[in-house]
Amino acid sequence: MKGDPADLTIAAAAAAMRAGELSATALLDAVRRRAAATEAQLHAYLTLDFEGAERAAAAADAAFARGEDPGPLAGIPVAVKDNMCTRGMETTCGSRILSGYHPPYDATAVARLRAAGAVVIGKTNMDEFAMGSSTENSAYGPTRNPWDPERVPGGSSGGSAAAVAAGSALGALGSDTGGSIRQPASLCGVVGLKPTYGLVSRYGLVAFASSLDQIGPFARTVTDAATLFEAVAGYDPSDATSYRGPVPEVRPGLEAGPAGLRVGVIAELAGEGNEPAVLAAFARMLEALQGAGAEVRQLSLPSMPYALDAYYLIAPAECSANLARFDGVRYGLRLPGDTVEEMMAASRRDGFGPEVTRRILLGTYALSAGYYEAFYGRAQKVRTRVIEDFARAYKEVDVLVVPTSPTTAFRMGERTEDPLAMYLADVGTIPCNLGGGPGISVPVGLDRWGLPIGFQVLAPPLGEAALLRAARAVEALAGFSARPALATSGVS
Amino acid sequence: MGYEAVIGVETHVEVATLSKMFCGCPNGFGAEPNTHICPVCLGLPGALPVPNARAIEATVSLGLALGAEIAPRSLFHRKNYFYADLPKNYQISQFDLPLCRGGHLDLETETGVCRVGLTRVHLEEDTGKSTHLGESGRIRAAEAVLLDFNRSGVPLMEVVSEPDLRSPEEARAYAAELRSLIVALGISEARLEEGQMRFDANVSIRPEGSSALGTKVEIKNMNSLRSLQRALAFEVERQTALLEASREVEQETRHWDEAAGVTRAGRSKEESSDYRYFPEPDLVPVTLETALLERLRAALPELPAQRRARYRALGLDPDAARLIAEGEGYGDVLDAAVAAGAEARAAALWLTGEVTAHLRRVGMPLAATPLTGAHLADLDALVAAGRLSATAAKEVLTGVLAGEGAPEEVAARRDLIQISDEGVLAAAVAEVLAAHPDELARLRAGEQRLVGFLVGKVMQATGGKADPRRVSEAIRRAAQ
Repeated sequence: MKGDPADLTIAAAAAAMRAGELSATALLDAVRRRAAATEAQLHAYLTLDFEGAERAAAAADAAFARGEDPGPLAGIPVAVKDNMCTRGMETTCGSRILSGYHPPYDATAVARLRAAGAVVIGKTNMDEFAMGSSTENSAYGPTRNPWDPERVPGGSSGGSAAAVAAGSALGALGSDTGGSIRQPASLCGVVGLKPTYGLVSRYGLVAFASSLDQIGPFARTVTDAATLFEAVAGYDPSDATSYRGPVPEVRPGLEAGPAGLRVGVIAELAGEGNEPAVLAAFARMLEALQGAGAEVRQLSLPSMPYALDAYYLIAPAECSANLARFDGVRYGLRLPGDTVEEMMAASRRDGFGPEVTRRILLGTYALSAGYYEAFYGRAQKVRTRVIEDFARAYKEVDVLVVPTSPTTAFRMGERTEDPLAMYLADVGTIPCNLGGGPGISVPVGLDRWGLPIGFQVLAPPLGEAALLRAARAVEALAGFSARPALATSGVS
Repeated sequence: MGYEAVIGVETHVEVATLSKMFCGCPNGFGAEPNTHICPVCLGLPGALPVPNARAIEATVSLGLALGAEIAPRSLFHRKNYFYADLPKNYQISQFDLPLCRGGHLDLETETGVCRVGLTRVHLEEDTGKSTHLGESGRIRAAEAVLLDFNRSGVPLMEVVSEPDLRSPEEARAYAAELRSLIVALGISEARLEEGQMRFDANVSIRPEGSSALGTKVEIKNMNSLRSLQRALAFEVERQTALLEASREVEQETRHWDEAAGVTRAGRSKEESSDYRYFPEPDLVPVTLETALLERLRAALPELPAQRRARYRALGLDPDAARLIAEGEGYGDVLDAAVAAGAEARAAALWLTGEVTAHLRRVGMPLAATPLTGAHLADLDALVAAGRLSATAAKEVLTGVLAGEGAPEEVAARRDLIQISDEGVLAAAVAEVLAAHPDELARLRAGEQRLVGFLVGKVMQATGGKADPRRVSEAIRRAAQ
């Protein structure tokens, strides 16, 4: 084995284990050492469970020793965002209100990871209830960007992105409501996939905005992301919004390359508003695609600029109801009060941070009698337009492309006082959630500060095959192989 | 000046499905607190609802029976309000696209059929149960609240009537008819004492002959047909007194206090809630295929109104027809009795008389007794053949109900079979007449009252097993 196993891709580690060159236990040890070296600075994790992980790794090794193959993720250390329920393992959603909460069940996605043999090593930090784009809204302190600890990792799944980038996990699950997988993937230089809404069960994912939330993987390569996607996707009778049909087959066409691929650039999102370095990397990638035989064209999707506005009505409206259950009655933080109402009010006032409170208030207002039509009703109409615009575009192209994030990683604290500036971080990722189709961010380069730049590919609902084929082509063309300073310098 | 009441009734019915509305927990009454719970009905983080198809079908069946319009596409909404026994602090309910809209329920009244329009029938989930500890038992003064989530998530059907009811009695009749229908459809046993059926009502009054509507008051918390009627009667009286004193009726929600027999104003109007309804994003729209609707329509059983009409056609008077059609299990026993050859009126008389009295005495439903329709048919045949007197028949019925066996067996064991052999009867009569020559002579002289005396003697001699009617005939013949 050359190098540190913590830096292996899932595919390479899986092959090494099957070749008898690496044990799951040794791989876990490497990841544990990496976490020990990086966590003090990074704070990617809220909970690390090496005891449970050791048992899972030993089980994988035992299975290999018996000549069995326990599954495609056997022995692979993965991290899970802290808004997915893990049986008996604390699940806080980055919120004080769920401090000490131990769910009695595993989320379906987590159960499927385990069933595929994965070694769940812990729960990653996140913006409180997935509301934020920098992981600074965690009640337990921010996560830092492994490429530059003075900068944010993006969010809300910043912990998962940072862990995969730093090597304290080989892959991770995150959740993406408006870009919460793709934007931190972009800022941390890893691959982040938001699958089609309904392909991965939301059962056990603590809801932020139910009609937009979707679980998806982080990995260092498109192939690894596909492996994780295959492990967790599929119909779940416990989720009424789960897709009943077969999961799209992504593996066969993965290496088909860009030749003949029809690629559309969303004009409204690929120009003004993006940093020059981001635009330059984006343009270079378009040229490369074209040069490799893809057919690239500009398309206008007029509803795109309004998607952000619609999102910031729909998501808060849904969250205002989804977060109502955190009232101190049955679980989580409970503050004293003379009446039940006062107890609930006090627990919620102290339990929720400012961004969560802001969105609950926004959503409550948007749903109020007399305002519903003007706000929620109109936002839903915009959403319908976004869906129609996408459908029209996908008649002409196989995939759409746009920069994942208009900027590279910004400095910690830079946007915390300005919610609107923070919201703009998601302008390129939100339309995908409103449209329901899949989206992926692939690292394609670094800016002059050495910060990663992501390239986003979108596809129509259930278009994962085209999406991952394009993403793999982009990855190959970009040849991005840089690793964050922390992943190398941090290792003793 | 006379006033007329304008009343609409909202009825909540717990649907008797095996599992709850959105999870697999058992739907049952009377279990230990917090034993029928899971992440879904407890509102744990991450849990998601999955709708119960049986509950949806039951609601559609009621809609079909009511002649309602069944929505081909219907939505669940979230109704948002904070309450300790509402685990998610929103209730999954329906709003502008309920499963059923319109329809009507016909009430048979003394003055003819009264048609009550329905606004809608929709489906939602029930809440948990709060128990307020403390001396007063009132929410405000409670020292602690105990929560039981067994009921949380039980499917609850809401049936909303149009304001078509004109008196508390009519409202009660509507509720009773709706209950019969729901029981007949197998949607619920609708046991009021277990809270399986609960009522709220809107009531206003207006001068008789006026078509304008008065200010309406909503009254809540009626758990029986009787309290529905009482609460409405109280409210009509209260509003009448207000208007007669030239005061105004305030639009408000009032709660029925069963013990005190009064309605009381709710806490304050500032609590008039904005429920912020919006479509439940965790569920997809309910779409009902035509094939399913046709299957449900074909599976509808005979409805109470149809059954009553059928019994009236068999010769039962309207009260008996209603009692049989609506008494738990009565109709089925009567139908079986008639099928086995019983005369419908005779069988109905036993059911509404002896059987009902017996059930009341022992406090159990008809189904829990061994009585069958065939038993009633046998009993009827024994009486018709003159082998059992009317009095003996009642005794035999009591024996059958007590589990002593079929009517023949009971009658034989209790030695109640009448003498049907003409020769035996004639001999007994001849013996008595021979022993009472004086009485026979006086009878022949026209002293008719002696028939009774002689019949009595024959009955005595036969141990009561002679048919007094036939004995009396024999004595009259002998006296001629």
